[in-house]
Amino acid sequence: MSEVTVRVQKVRTASLKRKLIFFGALAGLLVAASFFSSYLCPWDPYEQNLALAKAAPSADHLLGTDRYGRDMLSRVIAGSYTSILSTLLLVAFISVFGSIAGIFCAWSGKRLDTLVMRLADMFLAFPGLVFALAVAAVLGGGVQNAIFALAAISWPKYARLARSQTLAQQELPYMQAARMAGCGTLGLIRRHVVPNIAGPILVTAMLDIGTMMMELAGLSFLGLGAKPPIPEWGSMMSDTRNLLATHPWVTLAPGFAIFVSVMIFNLLGDTVRDWLDPKNRR
Amino acid sequence: MAPVLQVEHLKKIFFSDAGEELTAVNDVSFAVHAGEKVAIIGESGSGKTTVARLVTRLSDVTEGRIVLMGKDITRASGRKLRGAYANMQMVFQSPAESFDPRCTLGDGIAECLRNFGRSRKEAEQETLRLLRVCGLAADFAGRYPHEASGGQCQRAAIARAIALKPKLLILDEATSALDVTVQAEILALLTQLQREFSLAYLFICHDIALVQDFCDRVLVMHEGRVVEEGASEEVIRRPKQAYTKRLIDSVL
Repeated sequence: MSEVTVRVQKVRTASLKRKLIFFGALAGLLVAASFFSSYLCPWDPYEQNLALAKAAPSADHLLGTDRYGRDMLSRVIAGSYTSILSTLLLVAFISVFGSIAGIFCAWSGKRLDTLVMRLADMFLAFPGLVFALAVAAVLGGGVQNAIFALAAISWPKYARLARSQTLAQQELPYMQAARMAGCGTLGLIRRHVVPNIAGPILVTAMLDIGTMMMELAGLSFLGLGAKPPIPEWGSMMSDTRNLLATHPWVTLAPGFAIFVSVMIFNLLGDTVRDWLDPKNRR
Repeated sequence: MAPVLQVEHLKKIFFSDAGEELTAVNDVSFAVHAGEKVAIIGESGSGKTTVARLVTRLSDVTEGRIVLMGKDITRASGRKLRGAYANMQMVFQSPAESFDPRCTLGDGIAECLRNFGRSRKEAEQETLRLLRVCGLAADFAGRYPHEASGGQCQRAAIARAIALKPKLLILDEATSALDVTVQAEILALLTQLQREFSLAYLFICHDIALVQDFCDRVLVMHEGRVVEEGASEEVIRRPKQAYTKRLIDSVL
């Protein structure tokens, strides 16, 4: 009986590892593609050719052209640079700074902790996209401001998570043992707290990549993200939505790109969560 | 000779969120001399673990004085407190949980040595020696807490506690989580270490039979106060206070 359980466990771990490698590779490919997007475009994504405007997909232009005759495939590839890299930057930024704020709260006095956490509550209570709209409207459009707006509303999630995880760790005897072993506060945080809370934060961040990509595209769709002619998936869809009925490829190509990348990052996040789950370890 | 640890009129008040006061430790005074084995016994909630936490400064003292090796450490912090930890170490109740789940046992022991200025190489060698002293094979240095049994973890915890050659070891229910045979082994190890390093033990415990065997002197705590104190044979065989009698009768 016990032998059977052990084997099931092994098989599950092995297939989990395969899944992790598979989705990790896909995500890596996506990031690499967006990083080197300028070398991958078959055509110049900015070059207009009105003679070829709204051409259907063909051998020359695999995904057709938009209303200015720009090659859609090149624009989708070039758009990945803005969409994927800014999303990763955003998620990295909020997870790191949110966590730092959370750990700081857990360690600081009650008054400061309460102040920061109530501030976090305020941000959490506010409808996210509305706040982002307001920030983007005040600061003006542009990718940078869209990132800033989303960062402003998304950090509390990480601050709360890091704070609660840190408080839980502080209660464990090993923290007291480490303190008695002569660790200062910074040493405790660096050597014991961070490694022990990194797992849940990493998983949240991975699952957040998809959401953030959608929200960034959403802001761009509303005209508050990337400014034309910079190719960005959300704004590309927004620009061309009235062509959906007659020339569907111009809207569907960036839409499909968003769909595929969000799905890949979500599946990777799910797999990482399963992988870090202690129940799935030896 | 001055005692290793001198505690005077120690008091700890906890405040609940509703503003109510709870006096967990009330006017507790005692001393531990070099090489002495002192036990604190009492029922759950009597404040004995709080005393351990106050003495080790893991919790702040409300009133009173703690003097370790002639130095007042009641309000010590930072470097001073760290200096105190070179003379005083603690072994915790839950063996596995007293090690970081993401560090090996060897890392846990070496960390202590590294924090007190040893080089990485020295710390590694010393860790292996300490493990051997505590009856563990060298390969335990590379094991994670969940890969060792409770008794093995507790041996490693003792190795960590004696790494800095302290004069006082506080054992907070250090044997309660272990089964009887392992408990006997750990006690044998503690006896042997005491002979080698002339350690003093402050033994927080609720096992009266064990205290009778192992400790020289015993303090009986009840509702935050020390109600009786004396040689452990004397106190346990001929208790003077009604509470001590009840406590002992309930066990034996």
